[in-house]
Amino acid sequence: MNPVLSIAQTALELGLISSLTVLALFLSYSMLGVCDLSTDGCFALGAAVGAVVAISGHPYLSIIAAMAAGVLSGFVVAFLQTKMGINSLLAGIIVNTGLYSVIIGIMGGASLLNMNKTETIFTIMRALLDKTPLAPYYKTVVAAIFVALVIAFLAFFLRTRLGLAIRATGDNPDMVRSSSINPAFTTIVGLCISNSFTALSGALLAQSQKSVTADIGSGMVTIALASLLIGGIFAFRGKVTRRALGAVLGAIIFRLVYAVALRFNMPAFMLKLVSSVIVVIAISAPYLRQRLPDFRRRLMHKRGGEDA
Amino acid sequence: MLKLKNVVKTFNPGTVNERTALDNVSLEVKKGDFISIIGANGAGKSTLFGAIGGSFFTDSGVIVLDGEDITLRPEHLRSRDIGRLFQDPRLGTAPNMTIEENLALAAGRGGWFSTLSKRDRDFFREKLSVLGMGLEDRLQHPVGLLSGGQRQALTLMMATINPPKLLLLDEHTAALDPATAEKVLEITRSTVEENGLTCLMITHNMLSALELGNRTLMMSAGKIIFDTEGEARDKLEVSDLLDLFREKVGRSLDNDRMILN
Repeated sequence: MNPVLSIAQTALELGLISSLTVLALFLSYSMLGVCDLSTDGCFALGAAVGAVVAISGHPYLSIIAAMAAGVLSGFVVAFLQTKMGINSLLAGIIVNTGLYSVIIGIMGGASLLNMNKTETIFTIMRALLDKTPLAPYYKTVVAAIFVALVIAFLAFFLRTRLGLAIRATGDNPDMVRSSSINPAFTTIVGLCISNSFTALSGALLAQSQKSVTADIGSGMVTIALASLLIGGIFAFRGKVTRRALGAVLGAIIFRLVYAVALRFNMPAFMLKLVSSVIVVIAISAPYLRQRLPDFRRRLMHKRGGEDA
Repeated sequence: MLKLKNVVKTFNPGTVNERTALDNVSLEVKKGDFISIIGANGAGKSTLFGAIGGSFFTDSGVIVLDGEDITLRPEHLRSRDIGRLFQDPRLGTAPNMTIEENLALAAGRGGWFSTLSKRDRDFFREKLSVLGMGLEDRLQHPVGLLSGGQRQALTLMMATINPPKLLLLDEHTAALDPATAEKVLEITRSTVEENGLTCLMITHNMLSALELGNRTLMMSAGKIIFDTEGEARDKLEVSDLLDLFREKVGRSLDNDRMILN
């Protein structure tokens, strides 16, 4: 295959898989207003549960089990912050730390599992697409199907009464309370759903690369946040569905830029630094732009452009 | 309708900042009453609303609404029966959501998974057109783009879209310019009348305290020091209220936003 095309395809495939985590953050960070720092752990949890169930011979069940594990993890994070009085950032970090032991436990004490001979939904799709023109793209097809399902779900869900209540919780919790809805409830539901997407994302990545390590999710929250903020450039305002599509686009662009940078000999270990820098720029740029007149004024004053 | 019996609330108990905001308050409100409440800063007016609305639990005493003991009912459950408006127009609405989405949440029709129907939209449009603010053509606009007066009128509509048993208005026109305040007050009057709502209103405007409604309470230092209705109230002038306050409290009524005429 043409090398340029191959880079694009890998970026598309990885972008689509990680866009599920981006959509999770879209729900928790953009809608619910909670920065869920358990994302890394939940991603790895989904990967581990998905791998263990798939290895035991249940490829379809592995996806459902991974998502269920994500729901559980999200519930714990939400419970800690709504019912136990733990700051939401801290709740995420605590769960993230605890999950590491859980993940190793699920993987039977090993920190690495191989799925080289395991039947997964990817191998099923490969067999299904065998001898069709789509055959080389089977991984991308699987990822695209899941992304489409999640987007369709979000497009519907965020317009329902429950979805509106979740969005309002991030916007004005007092207003939610005066609508006779408990914001603790909406936070719990929102984080359960978002973490099921994160876990799904992890399970798919592990199964597509046929292996899982305990630290497979490390740095995911920053990478996903970077993607989300890149996507926000294209669809910051507007309908919720458009913004969700923007989030997916952001994930793909992020991977594409990263793949191109690798081609130009950027070492692979730079990924995390690059994503951190992107997040810093994306979040601080609007703030700095707002401060710009003050900086200018100070500069002018120092230069003595004004009379004392 | 609403009954408070010996309600006490002390903030920061056991510290140097200890303050008894409600000092053994008892109050009986009849169905259909429209009560205005006046008092100096820190008299306990807003705390009274907080106690009734459920922002916090009281230290002792009983609160009964329509025969049900709501003393220890959480805030989000009380809000089914109690609508509440604050001075800050931003408090009652979600700014990044559209007008129709805000209204849909307030209306709370259907189950968790129901979505807005054409019928809902027509209903909202019809309701909004009554406000006379042109909001009926802006259903898809984010609420954050509205002016303070528009937001407060919308909040009032949201609070009363399912007529509550009790409406609490906490200086809800104080942050608006005089013309807008007048308009919002007019909408308040007609909404309360049409739905036959029972309503308590804190106001800094002495004149509207006497003009609106059928009963007036004066609060000071966590107590209701004066309670008037009927003929006696009809005869009262603003100057009488000020005299009464001086007589009961021993100093003149000062409130940084007080409007005397």
